[in-house]
Amino acid sequence: MNTIASISTLTTINLTGFRRENGRVGIRNHVVILPVDDLSNAAAEGTASLVNNTIALPHPYGRLQFGDDLELTFRTLIGAGRNPNVAAVVVIGIEPKWTERVVQGITATGKPVAGYSIERSGDLKTIEAAAHKAKEYVQWASEIPRQPIGIHELTVSAKCGESETTIGLASNPTVGRVLDRLIASGSTAIFGETSEVTGGEALIASHCATPEIASEFMRVFQDYQDFILSHGVDLLGSQPTEGNIRGGLTTIEEKAFGNIQKMGTSPIQSVLKPAESPAGLGLHFMDSSSAAAEMVTLCAAAGSVVHFFTTGQGNVIGNPILPVIKICANSLTIQTMAEHIDVDLTRMLRLELALDQAADIVMDMMARTINGRLTAAEVLRHEEFVLTKLYRSA
Amino acid sequence: MKHAILLHDPADDVGVAVVDLAAGTEAGAVTLDGLSISLIKTVEDIPLGHKIAMHDIPKGNQVLEYGYPIGMTTASILKGAHVHTHNLKSLRWSR
Repeated sequence: MNTIASISTLTTINLTGFRRENGRVGIRNHVVILPVDDLSNAAAEGTASLVNNTIALPHPYGRLQFGDDLELTFRTLIGAGRNPNVAAVVVIGIEPKWTERVVQGITATGKPVAGYSIERSGDLKTIEAAAHKAKEYVQWASEIPRQPIGIHELTVSAKCGESETTIGLASNPTVGRVLDRLIASGSTAIFGETSEVTGGEALIASHCATPEIASEFMRVFQDYQDFILSHGVDLLGSQPTEGNIRGGLTTIEEKAFGNIQKMGTSPIQSVLKPAESPAGLGLHFMDSSSAAAEMVTLCAAAGSVVHFFTTGQGNVIGNPILPVIKICANSLTIQTMAEHIDVDLTRMLRLELALDQAADIVMDMMARTINGRLTAAEVLRHEEFVLTKLYRSA
Repeated sequence: MKHAILLHDPADDVGVAVVDLAAGTEAGAVTLDGLSISLIKTVEDIPLGHKIAMHDIPKGNQVLEYGYPIGMTTASILKGAHVHTHNLKSLRWSR
């Protein structure tokens, strides 16, 4: 099957999802209990433990941060609440001011959101009030019907983890082909991993839609390189990782070219700040860490509703609000860690599966996931919600 | 002869073993599109997913994979030998 034929079949796939107040489309219907800061995790988890079908997003930050680092935390928390996979949000913070800022940021979507602060109430009264509101939201959300949606209404994201050579040979070229098809159908896609494109940065710059976007990409890339050098270190000890090396990857350049395969061939339309939502359609590069849970959390905050995660040695990551489809072509990983993998592409390495056929298989799993099939990570409670910290707090 | 080595680009200096290859194995090398490149005899064990030299590569040479340089050899490498951290290093951060 060629790419064009596959695109035409895309429009005939019956997809369903949840259309939110602002017109955005999600594929899950979560009611989230969102702590603003580390101190509020206990109340958020307490609330979630009382009310069925809610999910708390505990995290370790949100106090005494400042500048860009604080802005990124706000952008990530607000972005998670705004994600179309989320129906409604209960926000809990230690004090009212930052709590209200997160509430306001989410309110702009039109979805139901309420905030509670712990000071002058204590955890227990806060949990009581938050649980009443959460119960109301869950019952309301339970009656939101799935509706037909179009492929062009989706924002997706891609990242690889525990990479080795099968990623570059099979899994990532397949995801690249899938992203090409989705973008040709009018979807929006996010990729990134600023440190892991080292050695392949010129290739990415050459894919940017305009010279201005290419120069912004190179600025972001060089910023990261300068940051590393400013610490008097290099990444030779950590990139590639020990897991990468065990899998056969030798250098950061080799890892980069394998990594870059997954962006496909579409022009890059913008360079996003971490956790920033794309303003337009097409492919976007997000300045982001290569650490799996951080990157996927940033994609969730940017509005991605389904994530393609290719793995070689077997990264087990998930996310509480963003379904993560795991794709693997390493036969040892498939033999030993099958419960974590949604799509087995090992037949590609035996040349029993061509690239377009592999892309068809991934798109079929994407459609099933959109329509409600739980991913391996969702079933196995992989709910990593990890904020990216730019520098130390005050 | 069944293939056991895949290449990203026909011009690459290294291929990737898609099964564990014992020393002395004769293995066919092909591209992902199925283009047959050559038959290689391994001179040492090559684990699944690891790289094998498609020809002799002198010390201090750049090595191509994906059609692009992925590093520089730190030792001379024989055709059929394992190419990894013991004989190949990044071109980056090599101050």
